[in-house]
Amino acid sequence: MTTKSNKKNWPLWEIFIRSKNGLSHKHVGSLHAADAEMAIENARDVYTRRNEGVSIWVVESKYITASSPNQSESLFDPADDKVYRHPTFYNLPDEVKHI
Amino acid sequence: MTTQQAHFEYLLRLGDNALILGHRLSEWCGHGPVLEQDIAMTNIALDQVGQARSLLAHAGKIEGRGRDEDKLAYLRDAWAYRNVLLVEQPNEDFAFTIVRQFLFDAFNFYLHEELRSSKDDQLRAIAGKSLKEIAYHLRYSSEWVIRLGDGTEESRQKMQHALNSLWKYTGELTAPDEVDELMLEAGIGASLTRIKPLYDEKVAAVLKEATLEMPQAGHMQSGGKNGKMHTEYLGYILAEMQFVQRAYPGMEW
Repeated sequence: MTTKSNKKNWPLWEIFIRSKNGLSHKHVGSLHAADAEMAIENARDVYTRRNEGVSIWVVESKYITASSPNQSESLFDPADDKVYRHPTFYNLPDEVKHI
Repeated sequence: MTTQQAHFEYLLRLGDNALILGHRLSEWCGHGPVLEQDIAMTNIALDQVGQARSLLAHAGKIEGRGRDEDKLAYLRDAWAYRNVLLVEQPNEDFAFTIVRQFLFDAFNFYLHEELRSSKDDQLRAIAGKSLKEIAYHLRYSSEWVIRLGDGTEESRQKMQHALNSLWKYTGELTAPDEVDELMLEAGIGASLTRIKPLYDEKVAAVLKEATLEMPQAGHMQSGGKNGKMHTEYLGYILAEMQFVQRAYPGMEW
């Protein structure tokens, strides 16, 4: 028997779901699928069964470039002592949500 | 046959198709080829059992003998079931399951499109709601037929084998009988003669894209929707599905 395991051959996809209009897509997890369309169908079945979304994005995991954990000091620490970069001095009206 | 009897029979057919195919798909629960497909198939199973529930509840009201959806599902024997032969065929492998699903979904889609203009208000409402689910089922099964048909040599061969084996059960779907004619006249049921060319065209288009060969039109087996001769498989489905209610009548949890 020369059966190949399809599961091994299916690439991994990262799934992003917009939970309602006005919000941005949020990473919810990953899954295996043969191609992009199937990834969307699988994401619909795996991640939106309880009314979670209005829009789905799928990106093949290999196209995501991640920052390296051992660069985190130089990447993130310099922001720690620069409070003036945070817009904390404004009063936001209650009507403005999701900020 | 009176219009009321035909109405009841007609709703049983719709409800039983959904119930039996939903049960068949539920057999994949925990056995899917991959996690994603396990969930996809059980999702569809849940959609179909939900449709069956609405349809059989409505059928019970039309019959007017106090049978609710549970009584109709759990306390009828095989001869009283009215599902088409196609949906009771065993899962075999993923190819069989997908081909069976596709051959049924394509029919079910056009059927429910027609039922959205039924004069039976309740049926019209159920059809409108179900159509969204069925449109997804059809998309799901078509995409798989295309990918597996136009896939590897092995997947193509398995799909062609499943298609050839199940083809003889497709004739019954679009062949009208007395119940269909009575319901069409009453404005309740769908016109199978209108659905047939749409169905044939859809199936041909998907098979073409899947590089699968349409089987030769040969002998078509029937006897499911009129209950005259179900295949041997229905009894086994019911034995498993009805066991608890038969063994412990009236039990609830």
